[in-house]
Amino acid sequence: MIEEGLRETGFSDVVTLVGRVGLVARIAALAPDVVLINLENPGRDVLEESFAISRALARPIAMFVDQSDEAAIAEAVDAGISAYIVDGMRKERIKPILELAVKRFNAFSRLQTELAEAKSALAERKSVDRAKALLMKRRNIDEPAAYALLRKQAMDSGRRIAEVAEALVTASALLGDDL
Amino acid sequence: MSLFRIGFLPLVDAALPIIAHEFGLAKAEGVAIEMVRDPSWATVRDRLIYRQTDAAHLLAPLAIATSMGLDRPAVPLGAPFMLGLNGNAVTLSTRIAAQLEHREITLLGRAFAALAKSEAQAGRKLRLAVVHRYSSHNYMLRYWLAGCGCDPDADVEIVVVPPPFIADALESGEIDGSCVGEPWNSVAVERGVGVMIAPTTQIWSRGVEKVLAFRQETLTERSEDVAALIRALHAAGTIAADPAQRGAVAAMLARPGYIDQPAALIERALGNRMVLSAGASPTAIPDFLVLHRETANFPWRSQAMWLYSQMVRWGHATLAPDGFEVAAGVFRPDIYRAALASTGAILPGASAKVEGGIAQPIGVSSVSGRLIMGPDRFFDGRLFDPDRAAAYLSEN
Repeated sequence: MIEEGLRETGFSDVVTLVGRVGLVARIAALAPDVVLINLENPGRDVLEESFAISRALARPIAMFVDQSDEAAIAEAVDAGISAYIVDGMRKERIKPILELAVKRFNAFSRLQTELAEAKSALAERKSVDRAKALLMKRRNIDEPAAYALLRKQAMDSGRRIAEVAEALVTASALLGDDL
Repeated sequence: MSLFRIGFLPLVDAALPIIAHEFGLAKAEGVAIEMVRDPSWATVRDRLIYRQTDAAHLLAPLAIATSMGLDRPAVPLGAPFMLGLNGNAVTLSTRIAAQLEHREITLLGRAFAALAKSEAQAGRKLRLAVVHRYSSHNYMLRYWLAGCGCDPDADVEIVVVPPPFIADALESGEIDGSCVGEPWNSVAVERGVGVMIAPTTQIWSRGVEKVLAFRQETLTERSEDVAALIRALHAAGTIAADPAQRGAVAAMLARPGYIDQPAALIERALGNRMVLSAGASPTAIPDFLVLHRETANFPWRSQAMWLYSQMVRWGHATLAPDGFEVAAGVFRPDIYRAALASTGAILPGASAKVEGGIAQPIGVSSVSGRLIMGPDRFFDGRLFDPDRAAAYLSEN
């Protein structure tokens, strides 16, 4: 997503690296101006070590440019990204990259949250359907009646319909009923 | 209740803040703890300096490097409480370990040096992993290798591998050995891919390790809360040192939100009983990990100075006229003393000591009565006198 966004903004030379082994060698071969990395990536310490070494070899790479960027950096950390920037790269060029990455990363997290919510909604609907089927079979009632029963139980016990349905499905599985 | 978000890496020596939280000790002092787990030291550090956390379980040398601004703009950190001493070990791949018969630390080091040199001459330089550039692991390993005739920059290659990947890296042959904290040595041993050959307590028997680091401004702005947190951590130390609580502590640390590894492996370091190779019976290793005993939690300024001497020695920092003073300033014994003044905790009167000078446990006087100091020798018998720090450097 970040890669796509960067390309749209006119940064054509974007490479995404995956995997821990050989990461540093690949970065060295690519010689990038900026490295963006997820804070959750365990390879960060490895990367910083290699940057510290390459500094000594007069290929200076520094994390962030200077302290005047503190707000932008804090925003990036909040979003879950860290950036390593080749020293000497002009600040006007770095800012849009970082800003875009933050925007994309936030959008990505939102998307993931929405996906997780959608998944759990789907799972909930499944258990409600199964609970209804159970009730229809055991009590010999129709679907609206089964649903009304679930809803009443949920209201009486101060729980959500999906929770009541889940409890019923679990209990019925334990008791050996089959659908 | 005043909240401290504390960043940590999944390691046994993150135990004290976790115990303080889980056993309700923080709450009893009127502060709340929220533990924030991360996969790399860089991220633990970044969250601390960009205020996503209030404190961090941090490598002591990394706290110093951050305060000095070695790779980035400096952010002054302060460490008023140490989270333990030692707790790391050198683990070699089973193939390399099988070629070394000695286990006494100096003889072992010399044998390793000979092997490393011959491998290097054959174009197969051995690769040893540490967990971070600015880590006690790196400096202890280098100190030992150099003291045994192995040049860590020429005869071997020292690389960085995150602790949870050490076992994989040993298995795949990516590395030949490592110096890492627990439970990651035990994980490698258990998988049959590594042999634990040297606990770092044999290199320096009271080696400085993790600190609880704060931004210096937090120490001033929230001094009362910080003091309360220190008292809670000190109380957590008593629990960590109690053999009767060991099983419960190990089970707690084993949870997915903390270390996420089997309790049986975690318990080894807590009890100083290590399994050195797959299938072997446990070996008692005194002081393998000292979470609380003696003055383990006291931030000795001399220990920060020793670390700085090693950072200079290996070219990680340039020797500055005020360098030793800046490094020592990261450790805050004044805050430790003030926080624990009315608790009956043992409080050393001095803030620095000659490191490596105690061969046998001795009693010394302290602010609040007799204090027993355990042996703190370096394997080569050298002394680090903080009053002669510059001279120490020139002796290398």
